[in-house]
Amino acid sequence: MNGDPARVAAKALTHPAAVAPSAFPANWWARAGWIALAAYVVYATSRLDFTWTRFVVGLDQGARFIGRMLPPRIAQPDTLVKGLTESLEIAILASSLGILVSLPVGLFAARNLMPAWVTWPARALIAMCRSFHPVIVAILFVKAVGFGALAGILALSVASVGFIGKLFADAIEEISLKQVEAVRATGAPFLSVVGYGVMPQVFSRFTGFATYQLDSNLRNSTMVGIVGAGGIGGTLFAAFQRFDYDFVCAILLSIIGMIMAGEVLASWVRSVFLERGKVDEE
Amino acid sequence: MNAAATGVREWRRFTAGQRVARFSVYLVLVAAIVASARAVEIIPEFLYDAPEQMQDLFVRMWPIAFYHYPEGVHAALVETLHIASLGTILAVLMALPIGTAAAHNVVPNRVVNYFAKLLLVSSRSVNSLVWALLFVAVFGPGALAGTLAIAFRSIGFVGKLVGEALEEAQTGPIEALAAAGAPWPSVISKGYWPQVEPAFWSILLFRWDINVRESAVLGLVGAGGIGMALDTALNLFQWPRVAMVLVAIFAVVVIAEISVTQIRKRIL
Repeated sequence: MNGDPARVAAKALTHPAAVAPSAFPANWWARAGWIALAAYVVYATSRLDFTWTRFVVGLDQGARFIGRMLPPRIAQPDTLVKGLTESLEIAILASSLGILVSLPVGLFAARNLMPAWVTWPARALIAMCRSFHPVIVAILFVKAVGFGALAGILALSVASVGFIGKLFADAIEEISLKQVEAVRATGAPFLSVVGYGVMPQVFSRFTGFATYQLDSNLRNSTMVGIVGAGGIGGTLFAAFQRFDYDFVCAILLSIIGMIMAGEVLASWVRSVFLERGKVDEE
Repeated sequence: MNAAATGVREWRRFTAGQRVARFSVYLVLVAAIVASARAVEIIPEFLYDAPEQMQDLFVRMWPIAFYHYPEGVHAALVETLHIASLGTILAVLMALPIGTAAAHNVVPNRVVNYFAKLLLVSSRSVNSLVWALLFVAVFGPGALAGTLAIAFRSIGFVGKLVGEALEEAQTGPIEALAAAGAPWPSVISKGYWPQVEPAFWSILLFRWDINVRESAVLGLVGAGGIGMALDTALNLFQWPRVAMVLVAIFAVVVIAEISVTQIRKRIL
């Protein structure tokens, strides 16, 4: 009876564990992990005071809120246009300033080209710039240079240095050193080594980072206004506080439109600079 | 023409079209920078004054009010971490089905794919601070609004990357399971899941790291966490306390980044 292969197969289908070791053995560590996660969720939810009644009341409130947002109404067209233009200007200037600063900083942070005593300070600077959210940096700059676009520009430049500097340093660390050596062997000075040995290898990736950062700065430049650092964010926050929800809706839609236009433009610029055959590198 | 006649082929790296495209990008870029620099309103006196004001700011912040940590900062800091973690978990719960619906090889229906992608794009286009403003208006100030803001902002990010990971999955195991007559939950859990699992955990850790940073500012619009403590200290011009809060945020962000890097190294 046991020798009948068809019966063994049938038994294996109904009681897999009884016949052979399962193809998918139970992973008790993973199960313990899921239970721990579930316990954490319950604990954290109770600590943050999330209750079902609060949620239901919120949904009610949410329906009324959406009702007041629709239809969107442009209450102050001049303010809207002025805010959007200022956000755009902040994003462009902050990106160019940030890229300008992050080029040397990223180069100094590359461990394959620079000695350790240069890379450590550069890496520390990059880490400092990255660790604070742009809005927090904007608060400090508002105190330092007063309300307005300048604070926003400086804050987003700091954020750009943190982001581009790190990616640029990583990109330089991945280059082939043969070309660098070849240029160096001709007796070229340091700047020529960088210009002809390093830059051509990282340039197309670098344009990718730069367009991404412009995109990200555009998103954040619409936000720094909440703390008074210029751009459309101030208008948005004021409209929220005045409960002008239909104007809020109009501002949000125009911000989303601007960001999407920026994304399309950025992907076009990337396609211009991306060399053929290098697409899979990204 | 001339080069061909003399037998020397002139070598150019880019075609004429590429050169024109590149040149026009540079031209537009420079024009945009110049136009922005001329149009943006910068008050020069404020700029000259900046180093002095910066110095004044640091003098006011010193000494850092460490004594303020136990009563005013610790609870808010823990709340921030809860907001970031719960927000990430909630986002994953919502992003997995949407991300799966966006993957064409799992759900072979163009209409569903585009609808899912539209949801993901709209989640990403709205900044987490704006999500926070919206949820504060709906649920009132507090951590609930912050958690939902983090979650809704993260759906787009997690869903997009999970969808892309699913689309890159090998078809071999899937076809083998389908040929064995496996129902679709088994195809998902034994065919797709093992292939996207490493990518999934890496996306999750990466987003959690971002969310720790973002949840620190949500309090500025009333959505709970350490941002509330920062906002209070700022409004009262208690600069030593502001410095304390900033040091706490810095420490948490650095610890989060280091632990994420370590976990990645060990597990992935």
